[in-house]
Amino acid sequence: MAGPKYPGFDTLALHAGQSPDPATGARAVPIYQTTSYVFRDAAHAASLFNMERAGHVYSRISNPTVAVLEERMAALEGGVGAIATASGQAALHLAVATLMDAGSHIVASGALYGGSHNLLGYTLKRFGIETTFVQPRDLEAWKKNIKSNTRLLFGETLGNPGLDVLDIPAVSKIAHEAGLPLLVDATFTTPFLMKPFELGADLLYHSATKFLGGHGVAIGGVLVDSGRFDWEKSGKFPQLTAPYAGFHNMDFEEESGTRAFLLRARREGLRDFGACMAPMTAFQILQGVETLHLRMPRHVENTRKVVAFLSSNASVQSVMYPELETHPDYKLAKQLLPRGCGAVFSFDIKGGREAGRKFIEALRVFSHLANVGDAKSLVIHPATTTHYRMSDEDLKKAGIGPGTVRLSIGLEDAEDLIADLDRALKAAK
Amino acid sequence: MFAYTAAHDVDPAKRSVVFVHGAGLDHSWWGLQSRYFGYHGFNVLAVDLPAHGRSEGPALTGIGEMADWVRKVLNEKQIKSAALVGHSMGSLIALEFAARYPQAAERIALIGTAYPMKVGEVFLDAARRNDQSAYDMETIWGHAAQVPLAGNPNPGMWMYGDTLARLRRLAPGVLYADLAACNAYAGGLEAAAKVKCPALFVLGRRDVMAPPKAAGELAKAIAGSRTVQVGPSGHSLMAEAPDATLDALIEFFGA
Repeated sequence: MAGPKYPGFDTLALHAGQSPDPATGARAVPIYQTTSYVFRDAAHAASLFNMERAGHVYSRISNPTVAVLEERMAALEGGVGAIATASGQAALHLAVATLMDAGSHIVASGALYGGSHNLLGYTLKRFGIETTFVQPRDLEAWKKNIKSNTRLLFGETLGNPGLDVLDIPAVSKIAHEAGLPLLVDATFTTPFLMKPFELGADLLYHSATKFLGGHGVAIGGVLVDSGRFDWEKSGKFPQLTAPYAGFHNMDFEEESGTRAFLLRARREGLRDFGACMAPMTAFQILQGVETLHLRMPRHVENTRKVVAFLSSNASVQSVMYPELETHPDYKLAKQLLPRGCGAVFSFDIKGGREAGRKFIEALRVFSHLANVGDAKSLVIHPATTTHYRMSDEDLKKAGIGPGTVRLSIGLEDAEDLIADLDRALKAAK
Repeated sequence: MFAYTAAHDVDPAKRSVVFVHGAGLDHSWWGLQSRYFGYHGFNVLAVDLPAHGRSEGPALTGIGEMADWVRKVLNEKQIKSAALVGHSMGSLIALEFAARYPQAAERIALIGTAYPMKVGEVFLDAARRNDQSAYDMETIWGHAAQVPLAGNPNPGMWMYGDTLARLRRLAPGVLYADLAACNAYAGGLEAAAKVKCPALFVLGRRDVMAPPKAAGELAKAIAGSRTVQVGPSGHSLMAEAPDATLDALIEFFGA
C-alpha cells in the first residue's frame, strides 16, 4: 500500500490557508477590512484573551485575510506558522526583538541588503544589540565571532550585491553547535527556488514586497518559523523559556515547544511594536503567491537569457550571477539552487559612473526605480542613486563598483529586454 | 515527568482533570482546552508521557503500563480522583485507567478513539525503521483531508507543519512504541465493561485514523456513555475543531 501524499507546491500556493467563505461561499479570499470582531458573550471574550479559544480579537494581532497569507507561507516553506508584517524590515526587527534583549549580539553576513545592514549596524546598536559582520563564505569567521552573548546568526540566501550563496547547511551547523538559531532572508529565492528549512535554517523571512507579491503594488513582510529549534535545550532564550510578566507570566515554550517563538512574536511583538500587515495588503500579496510557481521559472528563464547576452557583450566588464562558472559560489549554487539562482543580479558596465548614468537613462523597457522582484524588469545604478555619496574606494569596500548596475529581470519577452539593454549599452559608450 | 498545569498549583479543593495525548505527540496538543479548564476552576495536568515532550524516557510500551503511570503521577500529586481526557492512544489509556482504578476515575472523555485501534503494517513498519514516512503518515492521516487546503482555526499556523515539527523531536523508537501499544491493546471491551464513571466519546466525522463507527462497540459497552460527532473534523479534533471539542467537554464536565 502506498503512503499518503502531501499536496504539491502549486496546489498549496493556490489553496493553503483558506476554504470557501462559509458565510457567502466566496471562493476568492475575502478582504476582512475590519479592525475588530464581536464577541459572542463575555465568557467568549475572556476565553479569546486568555488563549482558551482560537479566534480574532483585534486586527493588529490577527486578521482572517492576513491569516490566510501566513498559513499559506508556512505551508509553502514547511514551517509551523508565520506572522505577516508591515514590511520585510519589520519582519527582521520582529525576529530580533523577540529573541533578544539589550546586551545581546548577532553574527551576520556582511553581504546584506542596505536596509538590513543599517538596522543591524546602526539602529539596533542604539538599543544595545551589537552585530559583527563576517564574510559569508568564511566559515571560520562565523564560528570565531560567536560570543557568550550571541543569540542569532543571520544571512541572506542570496546576498547583496554579489549574490553570495549562503552555505546554509554549514552555517546552520555552526549555529546549532553553539546552541543558536540561524535566521535567513529568503526574499531573493522564495520557497520556489529554495527551502531553507530543509537545509538547516530555523527561521526565515521575506520581503513579500518583492517576488511573493510579484507586482510592485504592496509592501509587506512574512516571518516563518520551522518549529525545529529547541529553545529549552539551548538555554539561551529566557524570553521564550521563562515566565513573561508582560503576558500573564506565560512561559511560551511550556505552552508549546514548536510554537513558542511565534506565540511571543505575535502576543508581544505585534501587540507592542504594532508592525502588522493590513488585510488589503495581504490580499494583494496573495494574488502574487497564487502564481509564484508560474512566475519564478519564467523569471529565471529570462534572467539566464539576459545573463548570456550581457556576458558576451563588449561593453560589459563582468556579470555576477551564480550560474556562471566565474562566480565563486558556482558549485554551491548548483547544489543548493537546482531550480535557478533567481532574477536579481549585477553587472559592471565599462566606463564607470558616467557610462552607468547614460545606460540607465537610455533604457525604455526597464524601469529605473528602487525595488526588485516585480513582474516588470527593473534597474538601478547604485553609484548614482543609493550609494551616490560614496567614493570609489568606499564603493569597493561595499562590493560595488562605479559602473555596477543591478537588474531585476521580469516577465517580459526576453528579446525585448535584450534589445533594450543592447541599445542602452550602445548609448552609454 | 512534565505536566502542564496552566500555571496553577494543585489545589485539593478543586476537581482535577488529566489530559493524555496521542501517539508521538505531547501536552501542547491540548493547548486551548487545557488552558480553559486550568483557568476555570480545575486542577489541570496535561501530561507528557515518558519520552514525549518535556518528559524523560524511556517510552512505555503498553497501554496498561501507561495507565499505571498516570496513576503514579496522580499519587505523586496527591490527587485521589481525576477526570481523564484522552486523545487517540490517550483515550485507550483513559479507558484502561478507569477500568483499573474505578475509585480514582471521576469521568473519562475519549477523543478520536477506536477499538480495536489497529495500526496498518505499512505504518508500523515505517515507524519501526524510524523512517520519515511514518511521520508523514501520522501527519496526513491524523487530519481531515481538507486540512492542508483550508484555514486553521488558530490564525497563521499550519497544522501539518506543527505536527511534523513535534514528531521530528521524538527519539528513535518512540513513535513505534506508541503505535505498537495501540495495535496490541486487546482489553478494550473488557475494560469498558468495568467503567463505572460517566463517559463521553468525541469523534471526528472525517477521521480516517479512527472513523466514528470504529468506536461503536466501545461506546455500547460503557453503560450510559454519550457520543458527540464533530464534523467536518478529522482525527485531530483539538486542533481542527477546538471550540466544538471544548464545548463538548464543558457540557460533559458541567463546567
